[in-house]
Amino acid sequence: MINGSGPRPFSFKDCALAAIATGRRARDLRELRDHLQQVEIASIYYHFWGGRLRPLFDEAAYHNDFAAWAHHALRDHVAAERLGVIDPTEFATLEDLRTELVETLEQRLYELDTLPVSKADEQFSFIRSQIVVFDTHRSIAHPRELAEGLATSSVSSIFYHFIDARRRTAEGRDDYSTWLSDFGEEGNALATRLADVDPYFTSLTDLRIQLADALDMDGFAPGTLPRRTTEVHDATA
Amino acid sequence: MQQLEAYTGITGADVIDQLRQLAAPLRGLRVVHVNSTREGGGVAEILAKLVPFMNELGIPTAWEVITGNADFYQCTKRFHNTLQGDAQEIPEYLLRNFEQTNRENAERLRPALADADIVFIHDPQPAPLLRAFPRRTGQWIWRCHIDVSRPHRPVWKYLRPFLAGYDASIWSLADFAQPLPHPQYLIPPSIDPLSDKNIDLPPEEIDAVRDRFDLDPERPLLTQVSRFDRFKDPVGVIRSYRLAKRFVPGLQLVLAGGGASDDPEGEAVLAEVRDAANGDPDIKILLLPPDAHRTINALQRASDIVMQKSTKEGFGLTVTEAMWKGRPVIGGNTGGIRLQVINHHTGFLVSTPEGAALRIRYLLNHREALDTMGRKAREFVRENFLLTRHLREYLTLMLILRGNHADRVELS
Repeated sequence: MINGSGPRPFSFKDCALAAIATGRRARDLRELRDHLQQVEIASIYYHFWGGRLRPLFDEAAYHNDFAAWAHHALRDHVAAERLGVIDPTEFATLEDLRTELVETLEQRLYELDTLPVSKADEQFSFIRSQIVVFDTHRSIAHPRELAEGLATSSVSSIFYHFIDARRRTAEGRDDYSTWLSDFGEEGNALATRLADVDPYFTSLTDLRIQLADALDMDGFAPGTLPRRTTEVHDATA
Repeated sequence: MQQLEAYTGITGADVIDQLRQLAAPLRGLRVVHVNSTREGGGVAEILAKLVPFMNELGIPTAWEVITGNADFYQCTKRFHNTLQGDAQEIPEYLLRNFEQTNRENAERLRPALADADIVFIHDPQPAPLLRAFPRRTGQWIWRCHIDVSRPHRPVWKYLRPFLAGYDASIWSLADFAQPLPHPQYLIPPSIDPLSDKNIDLPPEEIDAVRDRFDLDPERPLLTQVSRFDRFKDPVGVIRSYRLAKRFVPGLQLVLAGGGASDDPEGEAVLAEVRDAANGDPDIKILLLPPDAHRTINALQRASDIVMQKSTKEGFGLTVTEAMWKGRPVIGGNTGGIRLQVINHHTGFLVSTPEGAALRIRYLLNHREALDTMGRKAREFVRENFLLTRHLREYLTLMLILRGNHADRVELS
């Protein structure tokens, strides 16, 4: 049952990332592959997900930093497209994602007779991040309040609860769904709606809109949740 | 909190709330920033705002400035040039004077620095101060504001031992970071949207500045605002202007710069620029005093396009300023300019005067594209390069330092 006396309230947290240079740099795809095999896993995470906290312009065409670099610095559009289509949500672990990246690069290296090389000042710099998590002192008691809570959350709060949570928690779930699952069948139905939202191919600003839209309780009746079609926004718009 | 509250209308209330939440665990820490000039240049401008804000947030923060003789500034200017790639040697007597000056400043500043919890040392000029405090209890961070991506190696080799002992360093871009035995954080600088240099101006004030410098409001205007420094390539800007003027005869150019007290080369470069202008009445070379912020603001707003054709650039705050005013920027494809000028979105990146001339002609002939880029540029700055974001990243770094560099710091 959805009621105010059972499950714990949902506390909105927020986060800030500090980016750190790892000192690793690559000038071509071979060096990129070699570093990818050894770089700390936090760096791979940063180059796929840390960029969500940066605004998107033409990089929206390439949703990770490796693909964007292959396009801009190497002008290797084949590598850029293959790297760009890799969706990290399809991989159970970041190590699996690392393997996919390395295999993609191996294939491209096999195809190339000569390697394009970046200019000295356009090398790929591997970055990792540290995260500071803080309490916003806002909380809600009922799923009905979640859509509004999301709409007034900062994008970094969305990042923390919807993206960081998948790496942080043993279940690999976002925080909203975990909390909703405490509310029985109705909560699980809402969590199912959230599962339909793709966190990767969109900006955080648009992700916030999609999440709030998916949780909109208009017409809500237990057991008869209407399916809503979330509008997919172009991150470059 | 009154000064920070004023930013709510620009950034949104949640951004200011975030700052308060991040600052709460840091209240009472004693923080000191040290640099080499109180006015002139981007570092001084940032500190002039960052320091009062940190105090407002309950973190007692002081700003100290080291002083030196002419030889000291001659030496540090050469550091600046060589760290950005110029292959010139620095005589031994200048290096010895540099070290002695830092020892003297360390004694003068000892009461402020000895017990500070966190010390931020800005750029190479005060870097050796650290060695005078072997029993320090606080954490010392070296903040590099310049492009050190390809330093002249002998000079980097000389400076590196002064930097290695810091607890962390901060760089504007990952490309600039050099191998050092401590964490190297990445924090781009920022502008203050409410400062005299960036605040909205009434049209009559902009008109008055046009009148003052004899600029024709009916004809297109290009402006570059920067120190008279070879890395800013003011002579290249004049060449771009000349190439474009063949097709846009009414074109006007303003090169507006000021000196900084730690830059002894400015006059020589200014003379080169005057030679290159060769008396062209449509080129205005303006040597402005360090406090001419509203004048610079008005000149940027009076411009159709702003140039920053640097060949080396740490970050390029004048780019950010112009973008905040809704002006597209034609910038050198280097350093921090790349972080701001998103090619074809907020302006154009160029590598030559010819490339710049081509983009000038394009924008002046496509006013709609010029306006669209200007709007995008302003929003890009709002999200990324305002002082509030900069302050948030400093607070985040300080929390991580207090949390012993843990990858995840959870505040209750």
